[in-house]
Amino acid sequence: MEIKVQKRVLEANETMAEKNRKLFAEKKVFVLNMMSSPGSGKTETLCKTLLRIMPEIRTGVIVGDICTTNDADRLKETGAVAVQINTDQFGGDCHLAAHLIERTATQMDLDHLDLLIVENIGNLVCPAEFDIGEDARTVVLSVTEGEDKPLKYPLMFRLADSAILNKIDLLPYLDYNAKEAVDNMAEIHPGMPVFSLSAKTEEGFEPWIEWLTSKVNSKI
Amino acid sequence: MHEMGVAQQMVDIALAAIPDDIENPRVAVLNLRIGKLAAVVEDSLRFCMEVITKDTPLEGVNLVIETIDVRARCKDCGHEWVVEGPAFRCPGCKQGAVELLSGRELEISSLELAD
Repeated sequence: MEIKVQKRVLEANETMAEKNRKLFAEKKVFVLNMMSSPGSGKTETLCKTLLRIMPEIRTGVIVGDICTTNDADRLKETGAVAVQINTDQFGGDCHLAAHLIERTATQMDLDHLDLLIVENIGNLVCPAEFDIGEDARTVVLSVTEGEDKPLKYPLMFRLADSAILNKIDLLPYLDYNAKEAVDNMAEIHPGMPVFSLSAKTEEGFEPWIEWLTSKVNSKI
Repeated sequence: MHEMGVAQQMVDIALAAIPDDIENPRVAVLNLRIGKLAAVVEDSLRFCMEVITKDTPLEGVNLVIETIDVRARCKDCGHEWVVEGPAFRCPGCKQGAVELLSGRELEISSLELAD
């Protein structure tokens, strides 16, 4: 006996993501999902970004990690509201799912936020699969990773709205072909803006800040 | 990496789909549609399903997986093609705006109960 099911496995997550999206629309909060592999410099990029955009853009951050509150602690030093989600309580998940964002975001004062950044768990595979109700996605790649990362993790780069190539201050010391990395991103996602910058020295930061600011302003 | 979570969802969906009036149901086959872009490793999924279906009506279930190609359409020239490698650029006009038509599926299409 065959029973037709035709049910999408991620449907529960997608339903919750839509609910989140509606809430964020009501509250006029722009939500950015930031993703990368571990160690690409997401937190440092965010710290420097927050220092430039606040207090004009009132920003909150949800930080996902399997363990530790290290990243949230660093982000709080900028004056932003930062909340850590540790997924070890949920079986050590390798990504943030929509229900975790719902649980955390509804405890934040969304009426007083213009921008909510979700710093996803460092992983180029799973976070790409899970819609959390965000408005845009940014993927961070650093020049200490292979130029072919976009080709190896196509979904992540395919679904991103912008990309950051971080740690360009290290280029003089590395045998790294930054053009090849950017070209590979263009192969996966033609037309996607790529911001080459250094979170450490803040070289190349302006175009990234302009992109982010214009996105946030488009929702206010 | 998240195959265990996917497997758990599949078990939940399958169990919910079995009519209540069937006594001691046993699911023999689960027909799945999985897109090549869905980041699901088939071997891992099979392993996870084997582990978590133990002592459930799905124990020993045969997973029949239909793999769905990644299909794309160019928004500029309308060309449709199957994306074989990692690159998504339109092979026709080489332009940028590409729409994904398939490849992200992760679905249970049906289940077959043992007689």
